[in-house]
Amino acid sequence: MEVTAAAVPTTDRSFYDEVLGATAQGDRLKLCLQCGMCTGICPHGFAMEYPPRALIAALRADDFEPVFESEEIWLCVSCFACTTVCPAQIPLTNGLMTRLKTEMLLKGKVPSELRTALENTRRYGNSLGESPRRRPAWASDLTTPVPIMAQAKEPIDVLWFVGDYASYHPRVQAVSRAMASIFQALEISFGILGPDENSDGDVQRLAGERGLFELLAQKNGRAFGKYEFNEVVTTDPHAYNVFKNEYPGAGFAFPVKHYTQFLAERLEQLKPLLRHEQKFKVAYHDPCAIGRANNNNIYEEPRQLLKAIPGLELIEMPHNRANTICCGGGGGGNWLDGFVWERAHTRTSEWRVKEALDAGAQILAVACPYETPRFEDAVKSMGHEGGLIVKDIAELLADAIADQGRDG
Amino acid sequence: MSKDVWVVVETLRGEVLEITYTMLAAGRGLADGLGGRLTAVLLGHNAVPLASTLGVADSVTYVDHAAVADFTPDAYQRTIAGLAKGAAPRAVLLGHSSMGMDVACGIGIELGTPVIAACQTLDVKAGKPRYVSLTCGGKVLAEGELPEPTCLVTMVPGGYKPQDGKKEGAPEVTRVAPPTALDDLKVRLKGYIEPEAGDVDITKESILASVGRGIQQRDNLKLAEELAATLGGVVSASRPVVDQGWLPTSRLVGKSGKSVKPRLYLALGISGAPEHAEGIRDAECIVAVNTDEKAPIFDFAQYGATVDVLKLLPVLTAKIKQAKGN
Amino acid sequence: MNIVVPIKFVPDLVEELEIDPSGVALERTYMRLIPSEQDEHALEQALLLKERYGGNLTVVTLDTGDVDETLFTAIAKGADRVVKVLGEGFAEGVNNHAASSVLQAALEGIPFDLILTGTQAADDLDGSTGPLLAARLGLPFVGYVTGVKQEDGGVVARKEYPGGLVAEMEVALPAVLGIQAAENPPRYVVTSLVMAAMKTAKIEEVEAGEADSSGAAEVARMYLPEPSERAEMIEGNVDHVADVLVTLLRERGLLA
Repeated sequence: MEVTAAAVPTTDRSFYDEVLGATAQGDRLKLCLQCGMCTGICPHGFAMEYPPRALIAALRADDFEPVFESEEIWLCVSCFACTTVCPAQIPLTNGLMTRLKTEMLLKGKVPSELRTALENTRRYGNSLGESPRRRPAWASDLTTPVPIMAQAKEPIDVLWFVGDYASYHPRVQAVSRAMASIFQALEISFGILGPDENSDGDVQRLAGERGLFELLAQKNGRAFGKYEFNEVVTTDPHAYNVFKNEYPGAGFAFPVKHYTQFLAERLEQLKPLLRHEQKFKVAYHDPCAIGRANNNNIYEEPRQLLKAIPGLELIEMPHNRANTICCGGGGGGNWLDGFVWERAHTRTSEWRVKEALDAGAQILAVACPYETPRFEDAVKSMGHEGGLIVKDIAELLADAIADQGRDG
Repeated sequence: MSKDVWVVVETLRGEVLEITYTMLAAGRGLADGLGGRLTAVLLGHNAVPLASTLGVADSVTYVDHAAVADFTPDAYQRTIAGLAKGAAPRAVLLGHSSMGMDVACGIGIELGTPVIAACQTLDVKAGKPRYVSLTCGGKVLAEGELPEPTCLVTMVPGGYKPQDGKKEGAPEVTRVAPPTALDDLKVRLKGYIEPEAGDVDITKESILASVGRGIQQRDNLKLAEELAATLGGVVSASRPVVDQGWLPTSRLVGKSGKSVKPRLYLALGISGAPEHAEGIRDAECIVAVNTDEKAPIFDFAQYGATVDVLKLLPVLTAKIKQAKGN
Repeated sequence: MNIVVPIKFVPDLVEELEIDPSGVALERTYMRLIPSEQDEHALEQALLLKERYGGNLTVVTLDTGDVDETLFTAIAKGADRVVKVLGEGFAEGVNNHAASSVLQAALEGIPFDLILTGTQAADDLDGSTGPLLAARLGLPFVGYVTGVKQEDGGVVARKEYPGGLVAEMEVALPAVLGIQAAENPPRYVVTSLVMAAMKTAKIEEVEAGEADSSGAAEVARMYLPEPSERAEMIEGNVDHVADVLVTLLRERGLLA
């Protein structure tokens, strides 16, 4: 792994104070009982020499250099499991882990793939390093065009925030096209920002880049401010999380929903359109970012949508709702698979796939743009190609609507 | 105005480098088109034997001095500039290389002579010599006339077959004294360092699975390694992968790495910029996979596909295993 | 060791390149300009030398477009001074002969031992900035450098040749080195430090003197290559492509 040393180390007592002050209620860190619940629930806890409990102990003992040297703070995928179970309600993910990752960035201890993703975001407004002009290209071949806000001739009801991977990644572009067809089937007045859309900034924030997040928030906030709309709907759980919980602090507050909430509200209009049977056993994977993260707690709406699809049998996996298994993509994890593999020799995404297969699922339903490619990769790397299909709820709904001319 | 063309011979530790033959092929065509003479300019020490493959030229101008036994920018720049100043040839061809690029601009400024860089081909139209150069990673071409009365040109490989510029038999060798003093040089050669030994020699492999930026993460290298192993080959790489430290320099293909001549070269997630393309010109069969259909690599490959290389690799490996098993 | 790093901005190849209506230059309306990748390596190498040997590090660039962020980023990485050279017509593009003549004038009054710059840039058609600047300043130049260390009052530069062979060159100072790759990949700098630099640091501005662009050849035509002898493209999904490739390999006797 390529790392470069840069700034001078900063660990002294003031660093402990900085961690305490890093987020609201951060000083709850002082209440840590060293019970180890965080370590037990952490998906990579077994591979860490310093799992969350030990990190806090090291902080208190003012013995932090070895932790930075081991670089294993990057094993944290910001899944919020630790935060959810902590009996002292310490904001571990937003506070401790994020601040530690910032420190790693300041020390120049960044795995090269993550560095590239952050630099791409800075330069192009997306982590993939794609041209901003091509951000709406996924929609260019659709028979019914997707309106771009800057060119809209009428007021728009819903501003659909698409996101990086959903705009540029070939597998996830299919989900975007499915979502467009659902909006159109429901005759929703919607539009996208297109080239004016920048990454929402949540995973960059969780990877320690608060400054980059604030820059992106300013860009997106100003873009939103140019238009009139009633609410923002997003297919990206990380965008939902950060719009709801962080953008107001940056000066931009607006009504926001995850698409599953938006569609669940319109279930009565949606149901008659779901004409085509989807006879599958489907297990639903709860994304961390709309679920246990920050108590966003969107659990039932996605299930309502799935149950409304004729023929579909919804089964539950043992790790569901607040207890979900992270796909491994958060907090920088999406670019750290090599780093994680060298240390953990397991993938949380494979763990989840195994659980789905053991539960008897034919389809693993997801609602997050990282999850479709990550779980499909896991199915392949486990040698189960064809054994489990991964589909976004939007794709399953679009299949059920299945108009003759549906693109995607 | 002169009609003569000069080619500055590049040698390294007693061997003539291949770019020299590319330049001789280009220079021959240019000189013939202008009705002038083609002269190879050779600098060295006890290096007359190196003239033995320069037969495409009409003559060799040879400067022998200990200070130019090996290439160093200062000594070579002074010498070539000194020679050119008196003779003012129509064109002086140098390599667009670690040697040529060190001296071309210095000679140009000293003589007040224009420089054309990254030239791929030269020809004569209506009596006027013209250039075609590559720019912007090979995505854009620029062409025009060679400025009069003298012009320096740094040449990239690819526009000519080196064998067209190579001919046994030294043409008339004229030994001349160094045109300028070669003392008080500001750059001296301290020594050479061999590349890391103990790793694979990719120039000897007949099947290479080569990875570029499109492999995205170090973690994905093993996909290429599995494919290579299945085919009985090894993994090589373009510059971005080596710069990240994911593979050693010994695996680097291209201008600053190695030229390879495998039977099969799989370019996986490689864009095909000229610096890389230089290293694969002699590959028998190039198959390129890149999601960008405009990637220059497709100009060099025999076969191409725009599917995602990360998805293709495991599928291809599995199918090859199957095919070999039968 | 006082070091100057000139940075050149070049078209970003991520964007589609187009030829402008004149037919002899690139269309600049939608062109994104980014610092040349090898210049970023030159900056990294300069920072490493400053960390090892001390001294002042100055970054200079011509005002060809959106250059400020790069200059503030250089400050955040550890540069001491950043200088922007203003000139008429820079935004329309400057060839290297002109740029090097402007830099030569701008460097008067800035003491330095070493100038580090990328050994070449993506859009170099008239030679490269490094050797041109060296020639104008009457300084030695060594390019394709991948390592630098101080020795005996001068520096030893590692110069790369094909095949991975390296020549160690002893160079008398002051000198110009063309960097192919720094000893480490260019470091990451946290956005908040760049933002802080934007608030506290100052970009020095100087007016360019006369730019001498002679020495560049005229471009009669600039164009995008025709996809003539292109590869035979295999269409279809991953499965199909893999099948076609297996057949191909078998036919060529590569599956034996």
